[in-house]
Amino acid sequence: MRPVSAVPRWVLAFLSLTLATQVAWQARRDTGMAAAPELPPAPGTHALRLASFGEPEGLARLAMVHLQSYRTPDYARLVEWLEAILELDPRSQYPLFSAARVYAETPDPERSRMALDFVYRQFLRDPNRRWPSLAHAALLAKHRLKDLPLARRYAQALQRHATASDVPPWVRQMEIFILEDLNELEAARILVGSLLQSGTLHDPAELRFLEQRLQELERRLAEQNR
Amino acid sequence: MSPALPVTVLVRSVVLEARRGGLPWLALGAVAIGVGLAAFVSQVALTESRALQAAVLAAVWRACVVFLVATQVTASTLREIQDKGLELMLSLPLSRTTQYLARLAGFAACGVALAIVFALPLLAWAPPGAVLLWGASLACEAALVAAAALFFAMTLQQFVPAITATAGLYLLGRSIGAIQAMAAAQLGEPSAASRLAQYAVDAIALVLPRLEAATRTAWLLYEPPAAGTYATAIASLLLYALLLAAGGLFDFHRRSL
Repeated sequence: MRPVSAVPRWVLAFLSLTLATQVAWQARRDTGMAAAPELPPAPGTHALRLASFGEPEGLARLAMVHLQSYRTPDYARLVEWLEAILELDPRSQYPLFSAARVYAETPDPERSRMALDFVYRQFLRDPNRRWPSLAHAALLAKHRLKDLPLARRYAQALQRHATASDVPPWVRQMEIFILEDLNELEAARILVGSLLQSGTLHDPAELRFLEQRLQELERRLAEQNR
Repeated sequence: MSPALPVTVLVRSVVLEARRGGLPWLALGAVAIGVGLAAFVSQVALTESRALQAAVLAAVWRACVVFLVATQVTASTLREIQDKGLELMLSLPLSRTTQYLARLAGFAACGVALAIVFALPLLAWAPPGAVLLWGASLACEAALVAAAALFFAMTLQQFVPAITATAGLYLLGRSIGAIQAMAAAQLGEPSAASRLAQYAVDAIALVLPRLEAATRTAWLLYEPPAAGTYATAIASLLLYALLLAAGGLFDFHRRSL
């Protein structure tokens, strides 16, 4: 290699100028997306499968992470996306977890019902794998929507359909749990505790997320009682 | 001189060229970047963070192995053709079949080594049995890609067309199942044109490898495949690699060098 001194000065100046311009240009841009664009219509399952190039499990999870970037999505489209992603990898719990724990917890009851209905419909397709999300959906129906008949319908569905030997017995007694006079925090604590005890809950990200949710719930109830 | 000796020398020279060309460092770099990417995505996941990491790593590393094998084989073969090294080799008392297959064996050995390097770190995310099956399938897939890249490099003799043809064949092999499902899933009465399109897709599928059935991420995330399913997927990869080797030999024997 020849020394740097062999390079003409104008080339060095040109390189420095273009590099400085590039850095300055990029530094001016907003690093975060100030407003996420509107959620586009969901692609068909065939199109998603084609785009996955034989890696549906990876694409399904990355699509869920991408979906999280839309803060206030159109729920009709959101449900279509969740359905398409779940069809791409039917054994993933991610779309159901997000529907029950994130999207159904919106203060808008109509949107919450759309997310809960998605969880219920998908639960019926594979009850022995998808019961954890419907168990939480039953609690939300009772405490957030104050819709006891809906909560009982979910609890009865759990009792009737989640029948595999590895499903914890308390899942089939969900209706009693719903009818008990517990507040939302107590019920949520018992549910998370039972999930931990049954070994269903072990993912570190999920544990972290549920811990944060319990703390938020605690704070909200404390403010209400004040 | 033992007849196996020149073959061993040829295989070794191919592997040595890959090693001296920095292929191991590229592979280790790709492993490190993959681990960084997995650490990042797990931070934004709400649930299934380990499954997300494993799925992303398996997909990225599978693509890395295929890319590294395809570019290594194409670049090495074309350099030998352009430097007249191939003509020199043909003047040696070795049959064209021996020369072609020895070169292919060397490239396949590189592919197997890369598959091992990329499969081993997955032991941190998936059970050993599943990683073993996934890694063995990846090794066969890498051998198939080596055979495809050698075939196209020898026949097309230009870098861009050869690498494009290899990538095209590979991507089509990974998506042909989805394309067939799209062609078959039509609402209402199918027209003559749509029926013709479906037959055309089915006909193309007959001459493609079914790569979406091999090296499945689901084996790492859920449960290993049934023995019959796995054996069929591996046999299909090996059969297609042999087909490509046969095609390459046919072309190489006809070439006037």
